[in-house]
Amino acid sequence: MSLLQIDKMTHYFGGLRAVHNYELDIKPGQVWGLIGPNGAGKTTIFNLITGIYQPTEGKIILAGSELNGRSPHEIASMGIGRTFQNMLLWRHMTVLEHVKMARYSKLSYGLFGAFFGTPRRQKEEAESEEKAYQLLSIMGVDQFVDQIVLNLPYGAQRRVEMARALAMEPKILFLDEPTAGMNPEELVQMMKIIRNVHNDFGLAIFLIEHRMKVVMELCERIQTLVFGEVIAEGTPEEIQNNPKVIDAYLGKETVE
Amino acid sequence: MEASSEKLSNITRLSKISIRTFVSQVPLLGWLLGALIAVALEHFVGTPFARALGLPKALSLFGFLIILKKPFLIPSAVAYVLLIYILPIGIVARSSASIMNKLAGKLLDFPMLFSVIIHLGLLYAVVHWWSDMSLYRNDVARFMLIAVMVTLSLNIINGYMGEFSCSHPGFLALGAYSASVFTVLLFVDDRIFGLAWLPKAIGPLFFPIALIIGGLVAAVGALAVAIPSFRTRGDYLAIISLAFMFIVKSLIENLEAVGGPRGLSSQPNWASLPVVFMCAVLAVWIINNFVRSTFGKALNAVRDNEMAADAMTVNTRRTKMTAFMFGAFWAGVAGGLYAHVVRYVNPGDFDIKKLAEVLAMVYFGGLNSVYGAIVGACGISLLGEALRPLALYKWVIIPLLLILVMIYRPTGLIAFKEFDVKKLIQPKKVSP
Repeated sequence: MSLLQIDKMTHYFGGLRAVHNYELDIKPGQVWGLIGPNGAGKTTIFNLITGIYQPTEGKIILAGSELNGRSPHEIASMGIGRTFQNMLLWRHMTVLEHVKMARYSKLSYGLFGAFFGTPRRQKEEAESEEKAYQLLSIMGVDQFVDQIVLNLPYGAQRRVEMARALAMEPKILFLDEPTAGMNPEELVQMMKIIRNVHNDFGLAIFLIEHRMKVVMELCERIQTLVFGEVIAEGTPEEIQNNPKVIDAYLGKETVE
Repeated sequence: MEASSEKLSNITRLSKISIRTFVSQVPLLGWLLGALIAVALEHFVGTPFARALGLPKALSLFGFLIILKKPFLIPSAVAYVLLIYILPIGIVARSSASIMNKLAGKLLDFPMLFSVIIHLGLLYAVVHWWSDMSLYRNDVARFMLIAVMVTLSLNIINGYMGEFSCSHPGFLALGAYSASVFTVLLFVDDRIFGLAWLPKAIGPLFFPIALIIGGLVAAVGALAVAIPSFRTRGDYLAIISLAFMFIVKSLIENLEAVGGPRGLSSQPNWASLPVVFMCAVLAVWIINNFVRSTFGKALNAVRDNEMAADAMTVNTRRTKMTAFMFGAFWAGVAGGLYAHVVRYVNPGDFDIKKLAEVLAMVYFGGLNSVYGAIVGACGISLLGEALRPLALYKWVIIPLLLILVMIYRPTGLIAFKEFDVKKLIQPKKVSP
């Protein structure tokens, strides 16, 4: 059974066709990669699946239930966790608050509990705090718990964002360029973290990446997107040797 | 010469350090005890002492009024404040510090509620005794407590959720009028509503219901701003909320049933100091509970990045709706209290001037902070009273002060600070 299935998804921005007949079929526990030149529509596909945009055509199905027409927070609580290309963190909130916030849909004490501080609230808040501490220590950023997130070094911010996405207990994790702007050392660490997350939590992962090294090492299957259309799909080896992919990335060599 | 100035700066530095250690060693309980003794002192010997110093009567507001009115009395006023307030508070706080630290520690062995009630009881005793000296002080204290409620409720929307909402006078008006209509209709013989329906004696029991009705009407009114906030934010929402304020004002002006522009009077005098104090404490407690829960922190997440909040399962629509309706509810309750303190409301009370006043309190005190709201509300309302003799110049000095605060602390005096009751009441560590 597939975990995330997309059938002939097409999306228009006004008259511009951003995504055309996009298909995807991720099984539980798989790691997929999405590559393509700038402006190919990779992030648009993420935004379509997570409900930020509604696709013009096509069906998106997560673990048997349809995602079309649902709002982003519903889709998120159904099991899609994500990180963002430019790290959307909350500038005035601490690291701990970030991770606890992602437990929002798991809390059941409601507004009454929030207003009057019922015992149930204390219990649930304590549980989510413990969970947050666990995730932060897995990510190796537990020494920063009470700091404002913007004061952290760049690599640590990326990890906090990852911990936050994991706190919502997703079925599949979307990573939008997780290694953007990292130096080689941080890159290696990030790859290790992604691999650990995949192994320890048994998560399916779908990632957008520019660096071939990362995609080739981590992913089982890779799609190449150019102008909103998938021009190639396959294992890392197949993609590496596909002439269309080489064209799209390196340009066609004209011999005179 | 140089040596002496160095010595002087040394002395000031030393005194600064000793004041800081002194302040940091006294628990809240000690300060409250000091204040209680000071107001007791004033209560018993204030008037004769003031006469002896050449003042006409005990100072009504820490000497600010008399200094501005009759500058030649400045030395006596300063002496009065020093001897009645500052010295007793300082001496009692200092000398009782170690006992009070032990006591505060003992109190925490019981459930925290017990300690909180003792602190609140002491605080109320201080406020009560202080305001017992004159009706003027009583009014100042009640307005100040209402201002705390209004500022807190506006801080939910403008500070915690970061939307610049200008609709608060509208919410106040809705609360004030609904609560007034309820009490006047049911319990007062009035020229607009006719005879009372119920005996006035049981009225005070219904006063909480009147306040809650005021709050609920304001909360329903808040939907008019909350629903547009799903799709707009920033300047555009500010304009919508401003429009809401004017709509409410002109609606009431044209509603002859509640007196139109002449206003509505003869509210019963049920908003006494203990009632207002209890409402303010309740507001602080519930609002502080809310903003420290994950549901309350969701307001911050929506403010700092709505898209990320949505992607992290936060229901942003519900969050915005909660913020607006919850803020408006407390504004409505505060409005109901205000109407019963002044015992007369007219639409002119809830115009752009009121808006400027509450916005000043929020931004002066500090965004996203319960401490800030309390400091801002007390500071601006005390300042407003203290500078009253300056008449028009008051409105030059207060805005200037606000500009200075904005330059040196752009988010307000005490912004982004959690109000942790436990930290506040626990004994202070004494450094060896």
